[in-house]
Amino acid sequence: MSVALVLVSHSPRLADGLAELTAQMAPDVVVRCAAGDVDGGLGTSLDRVQEAVEAALARTDSVVVLADLGSAVLVVESVLELDPDLPPRVRMVSAPFVEGAVAAAVSAQQGADLDGVAAAAEDAARSIGPEPVYQVVEAAGTGSPPIAGTWAQGEVVPEPGAPSSGAADEVSATVEIRNALGLHARPAAVVARAAADLGVPVTIEGADATSVLALMSLGTTAGQRVTVTARGDGAQGAVALVSGLIEGGFGEA
Amino acid sequence: MRQAASDLKAGRDELTELDRRIGDGDHGSNMDRGFTAVVAKLDDAGSPETVGQVLKLVATTLMSTVGGASGPLYGTAFLRASKVVDRATVDPACLVSLAEAATEGIVARGRAHVGEKTMIDAWQPAVEAAEQAAGSGDVLDVLRAAAEAAEAGAVATIPLVATKGRASYLGERSAGTEDPGARSTAMLLAAAVTAAEEVAG
Repeated sequence: MSVALVLVSHSPRLADGLAELTAQMAPDVVVRCAAGDVDGGLGTSLDRVQEAVEAALARTDSVVVLADLGSAVLVVESVLELDPDLPPRVRMVSAPFVEGAVAAAVSAQQGADLDGVAAAAEDAARSIGPEPVYQVVEAAGTGSPPIAGTWAQGEVVPEPGAPSSGAADEVSATVEIRNALGLHARPAAVVARAAADLGVPVTIEGADATSVLALMSLGTTAGQRVTVTARGDGAQGAVALVSGLIEGGFGEA
Repeated sequence: MRQAASDLKAGRDELTELDRRIGDGDHGSNMDRGFTAVVAKLDDAGSPETVGQVLKLVATTLMSTVGGASGPLYGTAFLRASKVVDRATVDPACLVSLAEAATEGIVARGRAHVGEKTMIDAWQPAVEAAEQAAGSGDVLDVLRAAAEAAEAGAVATIPLVATKGRASYLGERSAGTEDPGARSTAMLLAAAVTAAEEVAG
């Protein structure tokens, strides 16, 4: 069974808006909000958090909790301390509220377990950290033109001279982004879900196609041409499918 | 607890005024609401067998009703304290371990330390004073020592610049106002002394 999310915020509207965003990107993931104080004003309430966690656990085995500010974190910690049965199944992550929830929701939609969803949320901090998330790498292979690609931090960047292009089992296609806003949240989520289902490693301009945040961080714009690359068994079909999605304009073009 | 509720009701406006200056102005009403709820819960609970049971009830009630950061912080203090006393009365040594557990809970939950202009600045000296008094005095002596140290600790937060909690957003402007959480801690311990004096006659 999949992992649910509980969003703990001082503001009911903030939590509801974030739940709306995650629902668009990860429609099958159970998301519950615990927001506002006991009177419904700005603040946090232990009872609301307990209720949301219980409601989420009624539908899934495990829950990842994201909290926005100060006392929201303290309230969640108190809920976990009050009921020792919760911690194995309920985990609060240290993650930026919006980016973390989006990354967690998409990861849960892709079928990740509690560890995987929690890791996805916590990795999201890199997308807003002071370090650049992507570094441009020039592959200085001889005999082929330099390739400007982007790789997420921590990924293995191809050695200069390595057969990063033109390898026997590599398939790629270049397609044009058609929708006005580029690969923004919703299209990125559509691509990430499709890529995760393929089981074949696919990259778009070097970014991991299963990562919503990586795709969004490419900052693609309408009319830009991007290269979709896959390797191994099924690479041809994978490139065709992802390229088709992009060329289709996600219903926006 | 009833004395605390009564004292916090009386001190509500003072806490609110302190919090209005360096926080969000709701500490007085939050604490009043929390301890009013505690009294109602105690009325419903009949006569609990142990001090730990009373403290646990106080903890869960404060967590649910106080709101803000103070609810989880005071709630955690009472929850941790409830775990170290499973008997009907307390002696000086027990009182000290109770105060130590409460303070450790606040430090752990709030990730705060002495000198950051928080309620820790009242709790920490109170615990140290209680530890010193426990060797020679009775329960009332220990409580008085703790309450006096908390009072001094709260007053000593006035010149401090907050580096933790909401007042830290104000930076230098937080200096000159007493920390509301340290003040409410001093009020709580003073209420404990008043109540113990009444019991002692």
